[in-house]
Amino acid sequence: MTVSILKQGNYLIASVQSALTDTEVIELRDALLAQVAKHRSRGVIVDVAAVDIIDSFAARSLTTVARTNRLRGAKTVIVGIQPEVAVAMSQFGLRLDSAYIALDLEAGIQLLTA
Amino acid sequence: MEKGISAVEGAAKDRDPERSLLHELVAHLRQHLTPLREEWTRRITEAQLLRVMTADEIFSEVTAVYDNYVDALETGSIEALEAYAKNLSERIIPRGVETHEVLGVVLLLRDVLARSLFEKYQQDSSLLNRVLDVYEPAANRIAVTVGVSFVQERERVIRQQQSAIRELSTPVLKVREQLLILPIIGALDAARARQLTEQLLKGIRDNRAKVVVIDITGVPSIDMTVANHMVQAVRASGLMGARVIITGLSADIAQTLVGLGVDLSMMQSVGDLQGGIEEAERQLSYAVTRTDSSAPEQEV
Repeated sequence: MTVSILKQGNYLIASVQSALTDTEVIELRDALLAQVAKHRSRGVIVDVAAVDIIDSFAARSLTTVARTNRLRGAKTVIVGIQPEVAVAMSQFGLRLDSAYIALDLEAGIQLLTA
Repeated sequence: MEKGISAVEGAAKDRDPERSLLHELVAHLRQHLTPLREEWTRRITEAQLLRVMTADEIFSEVTAVYDNYVDALETGSIEALEAYAKNLSERIIPRGVETHEVLGVVLLLRDVLARSLFEKYQQDSSLLNRVLDVYEPAANRIAVTVGVSFVQERERVIRQQQSAIRELSTPVLKVREQLLILPIIGALDAARARQLTEQLLKGIRDNRAKVVVIDITGVPSIDMTVANHMVQAVRASGLMGARVIITGLSADIAQTLVGLGVDLSMMQSVGDLQGGIEEAERQLSYAVTRTDSSAPEQEV
């Protein structure tokens, strides 16, 4: 899998290295949910800075992760969405409800620790 | 055998007379250069064309155009004339010379020259006809070339200015750390709205902005397409981690948007730019206080 999930104190940081296939998206979703339960994390940051496309399936999966985490008391922050990706997503009406959004990893950590 | 040769010669002669006529024509125009040029200049002044140029300027352009014109007639190649026309257009467009003037001037030259040909060949109407057969297509081609060059040059200038205006028209300004303002002045169309989105997202990334105030006080009206572009820009900003506050919605625009049924639920809107900036500062936990104690203190 092209995603590494790192534990950083109370938080998890998943950094996605390339565009994901649907299977990989499912793997990421399941891995994130399992890790949050295992480490009892307070927050999850998903860094998609290296991703050049986010389709409806990926968006929905990220929303699912965010909703599930919220039920368990963890915040989900999506960071690093590129301008072109943001434009494409807004054109297709894709939204990341329930997830927090920050410009980059740094802003994401700030958001969680604030 | 002899017959064959004469046939070939005949064919060559058919073209040759045309060429020799053209030579004669060009020689005639060169010979009577001064009176013809003066006549042309006189008629330009009479018709009140090129009024933004002085008499001296008109005369020097007339001289150059005349020579180029005759050269183009002689060689049948319009490239030199085309280049000159382009260069001329570059010089006279900024001075406000209009298309009708340029076309008028070129057509006047055509008329002046044709008139002089009528005079020269009036004794021999069949020769006159043949001379005109040679002259007219060449002259028309030249007129078209000059006109087209002028219009093309004008269009190029217009395009250049349009892109300059576009560049200037969407500034993204940083007011405080993490706070940008984006004042929009003038009518929005789809292309400009798209460019605006681009600049906005670039500004958010470059300045690490958290809040953007878009002020549309200077926008006279908005249609469905532009409204949707704005909504998309706001959504895309959200995906980059920045909130957008729209200010300066006029009553007209607000009514239009409501009438169009644009979904504005994700847009935060504040009455004017001042209110927008104050709201943004509040969200970013800035507090602005007056240092002059005699003035009524106002906290934001």
